[in-house]
Amino acid sequence: MLLALKYTPDYTLNFLQLFMTNRKREKLIELVLAFCALLTVLTTAGILFVLVSEAIHFFSEVSIVDFLTDTQWTPLFAEKHFGILPLLTGTLLTSFIAILVALPTGLTIALFLNEYSTVRFKNIIKPILEILASVPTVVYGFFALTVVTPFLQQIFPSMSGFNSLSAGFVMGIMIIPYVSSLSDDAISAVPRYIREGSLALGANRFQTSFRVILPSASSGIIVSAILAISRAIGETMIVAIAAGQQPRLTMNPMVPIETITTYIVKVSLGDVAQNSLEYRTIFAAGITLFAFTFLLNNLSYWLNKKFEKKYV
Amino acid sequence: MKMKSTVLMIAAAAIFMASCGGKKEVAETTDATKLAGEVKLDGSSTVYPISEAVAEEFGKVNTDVKVTVGLSGTGGGFKKFSRGEIDINDASRSIKDAEKTACEANNIHSLEIEIAYDGLSIVVNPQNDWVNDITVAELKMMWEPAAQNKITKWSQIRKGWPDTEFHLYGAGTESGTYDYFTEAIVGESHKSRGDYTASEDDNVLVQGVSTDKNALGFFGFAYYEENQDKLKLVAVDDQKEENGAGAILPSVETVKNKSYAPLSRPLFIYVNSVSIKRPEVTAFVKYYIENAGVLSGEVGFIPMTTEEYASQIKKFEEFMSTHSN
Repeated sequence: MLLALKYTPDYTLNFLQLFMTNRKREKLIELVLAFCALLTVLTTAGILFVLVSEAIHFFSEVSIVDFLTDTQWTPLFAEKHFGILPLLTGTLLTSFIAILVALPTGLTIALFLNEYSTVRFKNIIKPILEILASVPTVVYGFFALTVVTPFLQQIFPSMSGFNSLSAGFVMGIMIIPYVSSLSDDAISAVPRYIREGSLALGANRFQTSFRVILPSASSGIIVSAILAISRAIGETMIVAIAAGQQPRLTMNPMVPIETITTYIVKVSLGDVAQNSLEYRTIFAAGITLFAFTFLLNNLSYWLNKKFEKKYV
Repeated sequence: MKMKSTVLMIAAAAIFMASCGGKKEVAETTDATKLAGEVKLDGSSTVYPISEAVAEEFGKVNTDVKVTVGLSGTGGGFKKFSRGEIDINDASRSIKDAEKTACEANNIHSLEIEIAYDGLSIVVNPQNDWVNDITVAELKMMWEPAAQNKITKWSQIRKGWPDTEFHLYGAGTESGTYDYFTEAIVGESHKSRGDYTASEDDNVLVQGVSTDKNALGFFGFAYYEENQDKLKLVAVDDQKEENGAGAILPSVETVKNKSYAPLSRPLFIYVNSVSIKRPEVTAFVKYYIENAGVLSGEVGFIPMTTEEYASQIKKFEEFMSTHSN
């Protein structure tokens, strides 16, 4: 999508030709390619191994029932509670706000670019939209803290300086390109005759867009939303800067909260002794995060397979 | 790589000095006394501004000495100190027995040097018009472990305060400020509720309190001084007549005469007995004690008296003579 392939003369191949027969060369290249593919799989396996082995240590000391049901998370304090729920609600709350911003906006952009705008305009505006995805997240974080929060405080005076609303809102802006780009692909894959059929039956542009095109591209749109959510759940910097550092079981978007990622950052940067129970909490938190994004990614894959409409 | 080049440089310098020995006596003596090397400090974020100021001034005089100052909290700093990774630890509380044992296990002895006083300040948002003073008992009610998830509203603390949720901001569990505060307020060191915004970085706390109408936080006096326009200071009443009656605001006087109780406290640096064999470290420590009075005042702390600094110098010299070989 974002990549452009360019032809460059391949000197390595010419070099290899001096030493090897064609067949051997093919074999070697095949091996290199297979190794590259394997490398990503091995990395994932390695990460999973570390997460699971440390988490097993953790769960040998803390019961998994407590971990999932306790409503307090205070592993660094004298009275320790290991309930992941406050961190989880923090993560889900910010992600929910983000998708609430990104899905309608991204979808409208995708529909507009496909159904209303000229091709020339689309070609200009799309790369500009992609810039949103390339802004460093730390910049987004400070934008949320120093611009969006003071603005929101004028509307809601009782709002805290650290809160999930402003962090979630800015995170939503960040993931707009994910939604708009993927939805755009899905919408442009809807065949021309469906659009023409709708118009021929007397539907206007708006009806065609929202009643015909949108349902036809629904599987791709759902996938785009899920991938955007999974990006939001894993986002660290924005929430670490703008959402606060106080684990709290709440759905109130005005108060400081703590997400799983923020907690992991806090503990890894601090001076918690390695191999202590406190240290292992970050692996338990990490595996929860991993489970969520893993499930979401698989869900999107499965949905795409199952509901993808085949047009001839 | 770096090691190697340093060794080479020293060798080159030695050859150079040997070759031009006796030529110019004045030049040679300045060369020989010119300090070089690295002095590493870490520890309390409260003491950090003083150390940073001293390091800067020291660096102006001794351009070849690199002084680095970290801020990983008093406890975090002592962990590095006991492993011999740093020369000096900034501390906002005294060393604990466990930390002392950890040092001795690595053959490191430590010397405690007092450098200034601090009034741990209780602050709220400037828009908060109901909290002007608070008693130690009320603070305890807010911060003790039993308050967790139960005491959450201003109205639960004092009659007449609003029925809205309060948000607490305070030092993280690795910081000496946390230990000192819990000891003085809760009554037991290292015990407090866990549902508050905890950060080792005082600037995060300032940011939090200054933007949250329902906030209450605590940190060193210097961070209040630096951000006076964004914060409101709260007077603390310990309900003990002998420390002055009524609620008292922290200030240079009230901290010095200890009437701002129980949140007045001394600040320390701890010096590593192994590191003092390096001349740049001893020079830095002496420079630190000699200038702590002026510089700590400049960055918002309360300096000690001249006699007190003189006795710290004496203490350091005795420590040097016992550990010099």
